[in-house]
Amino acid sequence: MTRQLYEFNGGVHPEQHKHASTRRPIAIAPLPKVLVVPLRQHIGHPAKPVVAVGEQVWKGQTIGQAEGYVSVAVHAPTSGTVTAIASHAVAHPSGLADMCITIAPDGLDRWIEHGALDYRNMDPSHLRNQLRELGIAGLGGAVFPSFIKLNPGAAQKVPTLILNGAECEPWITCDDMIMRERAAEILAGAAIMRHMLRCDEVLVGIEDNKPEAIAAMRAAASQCDFAVEVVAVPTLYPGGGAKQLIKTLTGKEVPSGGRSTDIGVATFNVGTAYSLHRAVNHGEPLISRIVTVTGNVHRPQNFEVLIGTPLAELVRLTGATRDDTSGYVMGGPMMGIDLASSDVPVVKATNCILVKSPALFPPPPPAMPCIRCTRCAQACPADLQPQELYWFARAKNFGKTQEYNLFDCIECGVCTYVCPSHIPLVQYYRYAKSEIWAKEKDKKAADLARERHEFRQLRIEREKQERAAKLAQKASARLTGATADSPDDSASAAKKDAIQAAIERAKAKKEGITPRNIDNLPAEQLQEIAEIEARRARIRAMAQDSVEK
Amino acid sequence: MLSSPYIAEKSSVSIIMLKVLAALVPGIAVYVWLFGPAILVTLTLASVTALVLETSAVRLRGWPARPFLMDGSALVTAWLLALSLPPIAPWWLIVVGTFFAIVVAKHLYGGLGNNLFNPAMVGYAVLIISFPVQMTQWPSPLSLAGAHLGLLDSAQYIFTGILPDGLKLDAISSATPLDTLRTQLQLEHTVREITRLPVFGSIGGTGGEVVVLMYLLGGLYLWLARIITWHIPAAFIAGLWITGGLFHVADPDRYISPWFHLATGGAMLGAFFIATDPVSGATTPRGKLIFGAGIGMLTYLIRTLGGYPDGVAFAVLLMNIMVPLIDAYTQPKVYGHKQKEPAE
Repeated sequence: MTRQLYEFNGGVHPEQHKHASTRRPIAIAPLPKVLVVPLRQHIGHPAKPVVAVGEQVWKGQTIGQAEGYVSVAVHAPTSGTVTAIASHAVAHPSGLADMCITIAPDGLDRWIEHGALDYRNMDPSHLRNQLRELGIAGLGGAVFPSFIKLNPGAAQKVPTLILNGAECEPWITCDDMIMRERAAEILAGAAIMRHMLRCDEVLVGIEDNKPEAIAAMRAAASQCDFAVEVVAVPTLYPGGGAKQLIKTLTGKEVPSGGRSTDIGVATFNVGTAYSLHRAVNHGEPLISRIVTVTGNVHRPQNFEVLIGTPLAELVRLTGATRDDTSGYVMGGPMMGIDLASSDVPVVKATNCILVKSPALFPPPPPAMPCIRCTRCAQACPADLQPQELYWFARAKNFGKTQEYNLFDCIECGVCTYVCPSHIPLVQYYRYAKSEIWAKEKDKKAADLARERHEFRQLRIEREKQERAAKLAQKASARLTGATADSPDDSASAAKKDAIQAAIERAKAKKEGITPRNIDNLPAEQLQEIAEIEARRARIRAMAQDSVEK
Repeated sequence: MLSSPYIAEKSSVSIIMLKVLAALVPGIAVYVWLFGPAILVTLTLASVTALVLETSAVRLRGWPARPFLMDGSALVTAWLLALSLPPIAPWWLIVVGTFFAIVVAKHLYGGLGNNLFNPAMVGYAVLIISFPVQMTQWPSPLSLAGAHLGLLDSAQYIFTGILPDGLKLDAISSATPLDTLRTQLQLEHTVREITRLPVFGSIGGTGGEVVVLMYLLGGLYLWLARIITWHIPAAFIAGLWITGGLFHVADPDRYISPWFHLATGGAMLGAFFIATDPVSGATTPRGKLIFGAGIGMLTYLIRTLGGYPDGVAFAVLLMNIMVPLIDAYTQPKVYGHKQKEPAE
C-alpha cells in the first residue's frame, strides 16, 4: 500500500522550531504605506519597466514586462501611484541595491479587469506565454519562471509530477500552512500542471513532521477528479531539495548538469501550484505570497503578503522589535541570506523572514584545522567529499575542485552544520565557484581578444600579399605587355584559398577551446552566477570606496 | 559577514577526542586490575610530556595555545602511545617516544590535521627500532607474577630503575604471548605445545585478552557514538583474521589460530583506536575498507614472517603511505553521476 521510498546519502536533523509559527492561521497582511517592487526577482533578465513616475496603476497591472526568455512580468500589487523607478535596497546576498518600482497605494485596492483562462482549450504555447505575462515563478526559493518548466518539450510529456511540500528547513512553515488551509486550491493548480505536462502520476511529498498538512492534502486529494498520492517522507534536511525529494520518491537521480525532466520528473513547490491556480482559474497575476515571520519575534506567524511590502512593516505585525534583534535572514537558517537592511521588500522568493538574535543564532566558535573526520562526507546529500573540496578550495586549486565535482554541490550547508572543527565549508565552495566563473569569464574575454588579434594579423598578412601580388602583376604586365593575365589570377586565387583555410583553422581552434562550465548550466546555477557576480561587484565597489577614501 | 548556515550541531574536536579517551578507560581499568598500576604512571608521564611539547610547538607556530591544548588530540596521541609501550619501561623511553610522536610526526608536518603518519605509531616505531631491549620488558599478569609492584614502587622503578629490596626484574616481568610464540616456534615447538604455557589464556594471553576485550567494547562505543565508522575496524579484523586463517588452515602446527592474533598485542587497540585516526587514514568508504584490510593483513605478515613480535605500528605506517593513492582511486560516485556518466 505505502509507496516504496528511497534514501539519499546523509542529511541532518536540525532543531525544527516549526511550532512557533504554526499556532496561528495565515493572516492577510494589511496594505503597507508603500510598496517597492524589484524588477529583478528571478534569474535571467530583469523585467523592463512599462510605467512612468506619476502614473496611476491598478492592482494586477503589468508594471514590468518580461525581457528575454528566462524572465517573467512583475505587477502592481495594489492600485495607486508610481512614485519612483529607481535603485532601492533589495534582498540579495550581495546587499547591492537594484532597480525597483515604488508605488504609493491609494487604499482602494482596485483590480484591473481579469478573468479565468480556459486552459483546457488553449494552445499550449499561448497558455505558457500567458503564465509568463502573469509573472508565475517558483515560490520554493529559486524563483525559476514556471512557464519554462511547464513545457513538456520534445518528449511531449513528463510522466511524474511532484508537488514539493517537504519544507525541510527549520523555522519555515509557509508551505505547511498553505497546505493546511488551501489544499484544494493547490491541487487545482496541480490539475493545470498535469494537463500541461500530460503527467501520468501526481505525487505530493510532505515531511512527516507535518501531519496536519498531510491530512489536509489527503482529504483534498480524495475529492480530486484525478489520482493524487500524498506521500509522507522522512523528516531529514535537505529532503526538500528538489534533487533529494526526487530521489526519495522515485529512486532516480537528476543527472549532473541536467534537469529533472531528463528523467521524466517535474517538481513544483506547493505555493507555486496555488499561485498557478489563482492565475489560471482567476486571472490573478503573482502579486502576493505566504511568508513566515519567525525567530526573535513576539508572535511568529504566517502572512499572505503583497510582493513589495517592506520587511520592517511585515515584521512589525508580529509585535514590537525585541531589543536583542541582531539582524534579518531571508529564508531559513541553513540556506537563507543575510539581509543588509530591514528596508528591503518582500519578493517572490521570500518564503520566510527569520529575525536573528545572538541567543537564537550564536556565532560559531573559531575554526580549528580539518581533522578529516569525514562527518561532512557522511552528511553530504550530493555524495561529495567535502573535506577534499575544502582542501583544494583553500589551496586555490580550482581545477581539482572541479575534478571532485564542486559544481554538484547544492550549498545546502549540512557540511558546515556538522563540522566539529567549525569550518565554514560551504563558504569555501561558494568562493571557489565564484572564482572559477570569474576566471572562465576572463578566459572568454581573452579568447575573444586573441581571436581579434589573430584576425588582424591575418588581415595585415593578406593585405601585404595582395599588394605584393598587385606589384608583381604590374611588373609582369610591363614585361609581357597586355597578353598575360590568367596565370596571375590563378596564383592570387590560390592565395585567397590559403587565407580562407587559415581563417577556418583559427575558427575551429577557437570553438575547440570553449570553456566548460558556464555553458549549458542549469538555470539555478545561472542564478548563482548572477548572485556571485553581484557580490563581486559589491566587493569591487567597496574596494573602490576605500581607495577613494 | 558569515553566510548561512547560521546554526550548527553541538560538536567539536574536543568532544570527539574526549569520547576517544573515555572509550579507552575500561581497557585501562582492567589493565591496572590485571597487570598492576604501572600503566597509570606511564600514561601520566606521556600525557604531561605531550601537553608540554604541544604547548611549546603551538607557541612556536604563533597559534593560540588554549584551543589547541583543549582539542585533546595531544592527549589521545599520548595515551595511545603509552598503551602500546611496556608499562614498566624507563621514563626516558616514554619521553623520547612522545617527542617523536608530537614534535616530529605531528608538528614538523604542520600540526593538527596535517600529519601524514599516525603520530603514536611513529613514536612506537622509533622506539622499537632504537631500543628493542627496553621495549620487550613487559610486566607479567599479576596472577602469574611472583611479586606485585604498587603505584609508588612502579613510579620508582620507571624513574630510577631501582626495584624494591629483594625483588628481581624476572619476578615481575615476562615475555608477551606474541614474543613467547615467536621464540618457542624458533625452538621447533608446535603451536599445540606452546599454547599450554601459562602465559597463554583461553584465546589470547592471560590477562591481556581481557584488556583486549575492553578495547573492543570501547571501540564499539566509538562506533555507536558515531566517532568512527565501522569500515576500518571491520576491515582490519577481517584482514587479520582471513590472512591468519589461511596460514592456520595450511599448517595449524606452525601457524596459530587467527583468533589468537585478534586477541593479542595491539590488534583491538589498533583496529578501533589507532587505524581509525582520521587525519592519517583513508577517508572514502571503500578507501577505509582497503586501508583497514591492508593494515590487518600486514600486521599478520609482520608478526608471523617479519622480525618484530607485533606488527600493528609498521602496518599502520605502511598503509599511511598509501592513503593519498587509496583516496584518489576510491572516490564515491557523486549524486547525478550514478546512472549516466557524462560523455567526457
